[in-house]
Amino acid sequence: MALHRISLTLNGELEQVDVPSNWTLLQMLRQTLAVTGTKNGCSSGECGACTVLLNGEPVNSCMVLAVECDGAEVVTVEGLADDGRLAPVQQAIMEAGGVQCGFCTPGVLISAHALLERNPSPTEGEIKDALVGNLCRCTGYFRIIEAVKAAAAIKV
Amino acid sequence: MSIDAHPALPEFDYLKPKTLEEASQFLAEHPGEARPLLGGTDTFVRMRDGLWKDKYLVDVKGLEGMSAISFKLKEGLTIGAAVSMNRVAADANVRKHYPLLVEAIETVASYQLRTRATIVGNICNASPAGDTIGACLLYDGVLNVHGMDGLRREPLASFFQGPGATVLNPGDIVTSIEFPIPPKGTVGKYIKFGRNNRGDLAIVGVTVAGHPDKDKASGYRIRLALASVAPTPLVVDEVENTLSQESITDERLTQAAQAAMEAAKPIDDTRGSARYRKMMARNLSQRALQAVWEQLGK
Repeated sequence: MALHRISLTLNGELEQVDVPSNWTLLQMLRQTLAVTGTKNGCSSGECGACTVLLNGEPVNSCMVLAVECDGAEVVTVEGLADDGRLAPVQQAIMEAGGVQCGFCTPGVLISAHALLERNPSPTEGEIKDALVGNLCRCTGYFRIIEAVKAAAAIKV
Repeated sequence: MSIDAHPALPEFDYLKPKTLEEASQFLAEHPGEARPLLGGTDTFVRMRDGLWKDKYLVDVKGLEGMSAISFKLKEGLTIGAAVSMNRVAADANVRKHYPLLVEAIETVASYQLRTRATIVGNICNASPAGDTIGACLLYDGVLNVHGMDGLRREPLASFFQGPGATVLNPGDIVTSIEFPIPPKGTVGKYIKFGRNNRGDLAIVGVTVAGHPDKDKASGYRIRLALASVAPTPLVVDEVENTLSQESITDERLTQAAQAAMEAAKPIDDTRGSARYRKMMARNLSQRALQAVWEQLGK
């Protein structure tokens, strides 16, 4: 199986990696680049635990090949805080109590952050639509949704 | 099992040819073991499940004509094969002139999946459950295909042959889908019935499109397509016939919904029984037809 040398920007830093053809972005993040905030939940693009930003848009990183990320900008949950200052979605989810086991949280934060970037004042329906692909087994979603509303208020 | 349990993709080689000719040549030379790659949202699932065992994935996303959306008021819409569903749904011309396609896209999976998923991929995967296929059929979509004999056009109406089966041959790459300008006054509705509100596959999907048509005795042309109730996405001609011959009344709409149910040939599967699907095809067709009739101003 061929190895591909790729370059990408991860959370603002340039990285050069050799990856096999069949590795996913998720594998490369966790196993080569050692950013383990992003989780594997289902390996099939359904649960969203692996959600990261690829060129500014949320994707399920278990469903993107590492080799497809040559020249790309990737942002993981580790990249949301700005020089130690938490992003509004991070601050808000803590204050709202929207975290229990925390496994879905990195993916939720990425999806919510991306939502507020494209839609700074979402309705509750729009928040729910944006989070369809981020499954949570613990919280019942209520406080996650409240957190996104609160984060939108911080930004505005 | 490792601590970081992650059902890996099976081994394959990833290729990214620079031209359509190169890509078609490679695919034609490796039938049954090479596959074109767009968003990968169906491909990777099937590879992990062991259903697809391709040795080569040929990334065609960067090839000529695949990444553009173009619209001309007198000619219609062309969507490149590699354009993501999110990008299609956000396009101002698509939203204005093909709102039924946007409505269908917004029911597919999740936002992050739609960043990668494509309309052309949805079509070429040829699942009877494909959410966007009904809208593409009712908007009279035509596929542009590059193959070993060069370029050709394939109308969507004759494209599907069975679950997962299309008229495409090894070496064929769909480069874009084209839609003519919809007739004046076209309105539509897509009802997707899943096990939950959002995110699931369709147990039954009903797409309806209608427009005023003075060449029809009823004054309207109304068409209906069903998802998940036949080996292929199904346009029910009998619905169109029922609603074109005489003035449209509530009774005629009910007859049309009945015709939809009779045309449906569903199977039992993990998401629902055949009998349930037949009944839901009728009930949801009734609702969708009613919704379109109201939008037509009646």
